[in-house]
Amino acid sequence: MYKYDEIDQQIVDERVIQYRDQTRRYLAGELSEDEFRPLRLQNGLYIQRQAPMLRIAVPYGMLSSKQLRKLGDISKKYDKGYGHFSTRQNLQLNWPKLEDVPEILADLATVEMHAIQTSGNCIRNITTDQFVGVAPDEVIDPRAIAEIMRQWSTFHPEFALLPRKFKIAVSGTKHDRALVQAHDIGLEFYRDSNNQVAIKVWVGGGLGRTPILGTVIREHLEWQHALTYCEAVIRVYNLHGRRDNIYKARIKILVKALGIDEFRKQVDAEWAHLKDTDNTITEAELARVAQHFDAMPYENVPAHDASFDAAVASNPAFAAWVKRCVHPHKQAGYRAVTLSLKPHGQAPGDITSEQMWAVADLADEYSFGELRSSHEQNLILADVKLSDLFALWEKARANGLASPNIGLLTDIICCPGGDFCSLANAKSIPIATAIQMQFDNLDYLHDIGEMELNISGCMNACGHHHVGHIGILGVDKDGSEWYQVTIGGKQGNDASIGTVIGPSFSADEMPSVVQKLIEVYLQERTPEERFIDTVRRLGVAPFKAHVYAKDEVAA
Amino acid sequence: MSNLIKLNNGVASLVEDDWTLVQLPATQVEERKQAGKVVLFKLTGEATVTDAQIADTVIPATGKIILPLSVFIARNNEFKDRIAQGEIGVWLATHEVLENLTQQQADLNALPIIAVFVERFADGRIFSLGNLLRTRFGFKNELRAFGDVLRDQLYFLKRSGFTSYLVRADRSAQEAIASLNDFTKPYQGAVDEPRPVFKRYNRGA
Ligand code: HEM
Ligand code: SF4
Repeated sequence: MYKYDEIDQQIVDERVIQYRDQTRRYLAGELSEDEFRPLRLQNGLYIQRQAPMLRIAVPYGMLSSKQLRKLGDISKKYDKGYGHFSTRQNLQLNWPKLEDVPEILADLATVEMHAIQTSGNCIRNITTDQFVGVAPDEVIDPRAIAEIMRQWSTFHPEFALLPRKFKIAVSGTKHDRALVQAHDIGLEFYRDSNNQVAIKVWVGGGLGRTPILGTVIREHLEWQHALTYCEAVIRVYNLHGRRDNIYKARIKILVKALGIDEFRKQVDAEWAHLKDTDNTITEAELARVAQHFDAMPYENVPAHDASFDAAVASNPAFAAWVKRCVHPHKQAGYRAVTLSLKPHGQAPGDITSEQMWAVADLADEYSFGELRSSHEQNLILADVKLSDLFALWEKARANGLASPNIGLLTDIICCPGGDFCSLANAKSIPIATAIQMQFDNLDYLHDIGEMELNISGCMNACGHHHVGHIGILGVDKDGSEWYQVTIGGKQGNDASIGTVIGPSFSADEMPSVVQKLIEVYLQERTPEERFIDTVRRLGVAPFKAHVYAKDEVAA
Repeated sequence: MSNLIKLNNGVASLVEDDWTLVQLPATQVEERKQAGKVVLFKLTGEATVTDAQIADTVIPATGKIILPLSVFIARNNEFKDRIAQGEIGVWLATHEVLENLTQQQADLNALPIIAVFVERFADGRIFSLGNLLRTRFGFKNELRAFGDVLRDQLYFLKRSGFTSYLVRADRSAQEAIASLNDFTKPYQGAVDEPRPVFKRYNRGA
């Protein structure tokens, strides 16, 4: 993965000094609450219900074991001994003290980490597929460009105070796993007819209270122009995006208001001036950064491993885990492994300091000392030998990291909700845990098969409920907590936004509502169909009918 | 003491302000929604300047003055010779459109100063305006930020081509100077240093 040189290190070190002074001025009363807010936000510090929340950047989800170990130390020392992986691949601490944040940043800087631009109205952490570099369907590894874009966007002077936050995702696979259509800018890398690396550029996607999938603004962009083209897009947005109403301030609203053709025209007019200027990426720079992402020094191992096959055959628990948590790999004899942060009955994405240390050890022992976080809020060891899987599983299991539920109903994406977040209409974590407990039977879960259930505590959609096969949204009715249910949302190349099934439910009803949705699916499905396919074929009606059917009166 | 910071060959110091800023008189008319360049869309609630305001603006007869863009355009005949003498500068608000200025005044460098008024700290349009004035319209003279100008914008303003900064009156400009140099080696090319880091340094193979 990318290693800092002195220039990178100097920037994060100078950031610590700058932020330390900003905090000092705030505590000394030299900065008002309103003046400090944008400064702390640009540094990932929210003030939420119970305490500040600090969001630490994990650029495009890549972590070294050394970094994770340090995160374990930090969450032990400055927090309550746990952290939370977010849907943007970052790590959040829920209980740091405002006065401690400069120290936390100084600790982070020792392992080439920071919290720069993890919130606030600026270009945020760039995200990508968690299987980047190892996925068999990958055409282009976009990490080098993602790192070049990280550097370019860090303290970009022109885009320091945008109308609203700005999120960029990159993807280089046949099957999109990076949600490029749900970002302000999505960059989809491919090889063009001349076998050159090219980018299809999406713009104006986003979830939040006005969920909109992105539109293609440019089918073909040569990779050299990634920065200047984004500058043209963001400049048009910076100048003309709305600043009077935060709910209408995202770029998606500007694109919709102007229409994609007019927006494209304005972007092209800007780009005519910016194209080929100094921020054009050079071959040399791409090569310098790309070598940090060279393939791991894989051993030459056979594509099959007898001990692995035997363990799968003889151990059903191991087999179930392999089925859900082990993923194909470019390299023969290797696999990628998801360590589930979704054990039933716990807040999705939470991880204790002890687990962080344990995962760091596992990464060192089995996966070249590196790991990734996913937007589904799990951790991934990307390069594990087949013959190591059984040993890895036993250790992961001992640390509560081997729930065989990846991609299943209980692999829930969930925002912090009313337990932590001051914007929430309703709690979300207890809904997630109640559903996990309701579906605690593994065989049943595997029978239901692939399923994405996403929960947000309010329409800001931090839990991506719109693109869940089942989406749950906390709503406020006369001051009490209710839940609205959508079905038919999906991420990926064929992304869609879910449809509301009807009036909302109380918290108690939620597990049985999900149960009823599943019942309709199990009854109606064809042998090949996943839940989402059945919903797409039948529409909402049969699901709605069953969920809202008056309970049969006992005869 | 002056709260004006000025960069001279990259060195910042506090200087006395030898320009007089001319304001529009307050309007009696209720604030109307104004459409900017993006007519359809830009209902951002910015006050429109009325003809009465423009007519009522008092333009000092002598001395170096910075005029509101609307007055500069509408009453240009009144001070043509003073432009030639270098006594006239222009200021605009962040929602105003640069093309209106350049249509009136093709040679921007006849203006010794252009100033941009930023009403709220969080309004980052000022950075794009600075960038465009420098890189698109070739403006070479003093470019000033005034209004809600606080210490933590200075670094970004400098990088976006601004060379003077009138820090909000209730803050210490002396202390703010330090923040012009918050970062030593920025990553990306911008106005003050167009080359990105990978074109300035050999960062190894
Ligand atoms: C608890 C403190 C949090 C607060 C106050 C908060 C606030 C917000 C707000 C206001 C938005 C909507 C912005 C908009 O649509 O323009 C938003 C969006 C978002 N948040 Fe959070 N959030 C919090 C925690 C989280 C966490 C923990 C995650 C990850 C699990 C997260 C992930 C997201 C994502 C992915 C979006 C973007 C949805 C989109 O694409 O529009 N947030 N957040
Ligand atoms: S979706 Fe709403 S409740 Fe959940 S974290 Fe985001 S802002 Fe808070």
